[in-house]
Amino acid sequence: MTFFADIFAATFRNATPLVYGTVGETYTERAGVLNLGVEGTMYAGAFFGFAVAYQTGDPWLGLLGAIVVGIVAGALMALMTVTLGANQHVSGLGLTIALIGVSEFANRLMFTGGSLPRIEPMALWDPLADMGGPLGSIAEQYGLTYAAFLLVVPAGWWVLMKTPLGLSIRAVGENPEAADVAGINVFRVRYIALMIGGALMAVGGAFITLAVLGTFTLDIIAGRGWVVIALVIFGRWRIFRGVLGALIFAAVYSLGLRLRITPGFEDIPNEVMLALPYLFVILALALSGRNVPYPGAYLKPYRRS
Amino acid sequence: MTLEARRMAESRLGRAGLLALGAVVTILAVTGTAFIIAGANPLEAYHAYFVQPLTREFTLLEVLNKATPILFTGTAVAIAFRAGYWNIGVEGQLLMGAIAAAGIGQVVEGWSPLVVLPLMILAGALAGAAWALVPALLRVRLGIDEVVTTLLLNPVALLVVQGLLHGPWKDPETGFPESPRIAAAAEFPQLSEFIPLIGRSRLHLGFVLAIVLIVVAWYVLARTATGLRVRAVGLSPHGARFAGIRVERTLLRVALISGAIAGIAGVSEVAGIQFRLTEGVSPGFGYTGVVVAMLGGLTMPGVLLAGLLLGDLSVGASSAVRSLQIPSQVGDVVQGTLLLVVVGAVAVYRWRTTREDDRPADEGEPDHDEPPDRPEGRAPVESPPA
Repeated sequence: MTFFADIFAATFRNATPLVYGTVGETYTERAGVLNLGVEGTMYAGAFFGFAVAYQTGDPWLGLLGAIVVGIVAGALMALMTVTLGANQHVSGLGLTIALIGVSEFANRLMFTGGSLPRIEPMALWDPLADMGGPLGSIAEQYGLTYAAFLLVVPAGWWVLMKTPLGLSIRAVGENPEAADVAGINVFRVRYIALMIGGALMAVGGAFITLAVLGTFTLDIIAGRGWVVIALVIFGRWRIFRGVLGALIFAAVYSLGLRLRITPGFEDIPNEVMLALPYLFVILALALSGRNVPYPGAYLKPYRRS
Repeated sequence: MTLEARRMAESRLGRAGLLALGAVVTILAVTGTAFIIAGANPLEAYHAYFVQPLTREFTLLEVLNKATPILFTGTAVAIAFRAGYWNIGVEGQLLMGAIAAAGIGQVVEGWSPLVVLPLMILAGALAGAAWALVPALLRVRLGIDEVVTTLLLNPVALLVVQGLLHGPWKDPETGFPESPRIAAAAEFPQLSEFIPLIGRSRLHLGFVLAIVLIVVAWYVLARTATGLRVRAVGLSPHGARFAGIRVERTLLRVALISGAIAGIAGVSEVAGIQFRLTEGVSPGFGYTGVVVAMLGGLTMPGVLLAGLLLGDLSVGASSAVRSLQIPSQVGDVVQGTLLLVVVGAVAVYRWRTTREDDRPADEGEPDHDEPPDRPEGRAPVESPPA
């Protein structure tokens, strides 16, 4: 029983950065911008969140720092793709290269040599501790995990689907010409969507340093950003489907990690377990791939003529 | 030249000059800030990064050496992008080539290099192409975005490398996660052994291969019917299909060739520099390839220049660590900034000039840079009506 409780608990924990990233990327792509900067934005969120927390001693200020960095990253992506109309693939990759470079540069300047800098990580929260048993241990999660599933996902869905802002975002991503004619400021809405998305991605990255690890190591995002891109397509640009994908991915990942310490499975190389979730995502894309309903203005810069 | 045409050319030129100036200023501002934060004099830093490597023979040869892998990956990326196939998986394809080279290199003790070297290059090319095959098939058969699948296979390729190095290939003597050293016959000859003019350096056969490859790629892309088809598919899959070009077949071939070139880059690193497989065999050469390809405007002469420029930058970055105590990570900041600024400037230039020509903005862009017609490009295979 603890086997499954372990995996359940780990699934929610491992899904958390992906959930933030997926909701964020859904916003940018629904507005018509594929943001391949997600890997770099998560990386920068992880580093600068940690750096601020380390300097101030307060992980919540670190989280705020990560949000600011994410908004800046989103605005930069908007400058490239919305204002300048540059190619989205290359802008996103360039953003990722630049943000990882800046983070590692700052890391090198701030923390040279010596022992690994550490902070007191955010505390676990366990509302069901009194119940004990498997449910109690599954419910023992970080506040940011609760916030992801109980706040960001429903609120993210509600804003996108039920509010004028969400309607504008979807409109500029589907048919910017029509949105423009209807009086929506296409440029401004895309900036807003990219900045919301960037902030969420950065929080996803910061979750790893501020809550799970309490420290920053190189290559800390390790491709989670690319997984997010896949999850958004898997989710067909719907938040709940994307989150479901994140949970499935995290479940496969957690199962793999748990099996490493399970008798009978020790002989399977670690790397096979770590590679499984990626292959799983590709398989899932292949199975659900036909006639994917890309947003109408996907990858297209908008220019008033 | 009519007066009006000349005026237009001048204003185009003027606009391009202005944009280039703006781009240079932006790059200098961003990188200069980074240098100042690192506690260095920006002017000294620029000198160390860009000029110093070119002033001595040894460092100049090292520039060519550092350019070698990214000339390969830049070519691989440029060819794919020209066809509108967004192969971002060059990193993983390179690693597969490196694995193939290290695998063959371990078992050919005593063979003739004349057999071993072509065999390794072929095996590396096949390994890279094989790693590129699945995303390519998913794209042309099912219309699944190759950006995602090629990207996702990069970490998987690195895990394969790590699995080998922590498992069957762990160095039996040192216990380090490094494969055993490859046989002497599998090492790429160093150019200084053959060309007396070249002084002592690590520059090896891989550089010559890269140059030959770029020349061949330039010829094929610019001068042959195959190249025309590739470019046509990149410009407009819809138009190309209408003209009778088999779009899916072209994309599949381009993807495999791109993967094969990436694989040879891996062979070149293992056989020419590392002489074994290590986890760090590629410090992101695949991603730098995207930078090289875009800086080079997706043309082969451009790739050559951009590859050499980034080689210069890389040598400069590692010497500036010693001479000016600038962390080498600034090199990545410079790379990312270069890419963003150049891509942004090119986009603005194209937009302005096409508008000036009074063509509709979304039609007249002669532009491999813009995404190909997505819905059409994404569509699952449909045989054209007979």
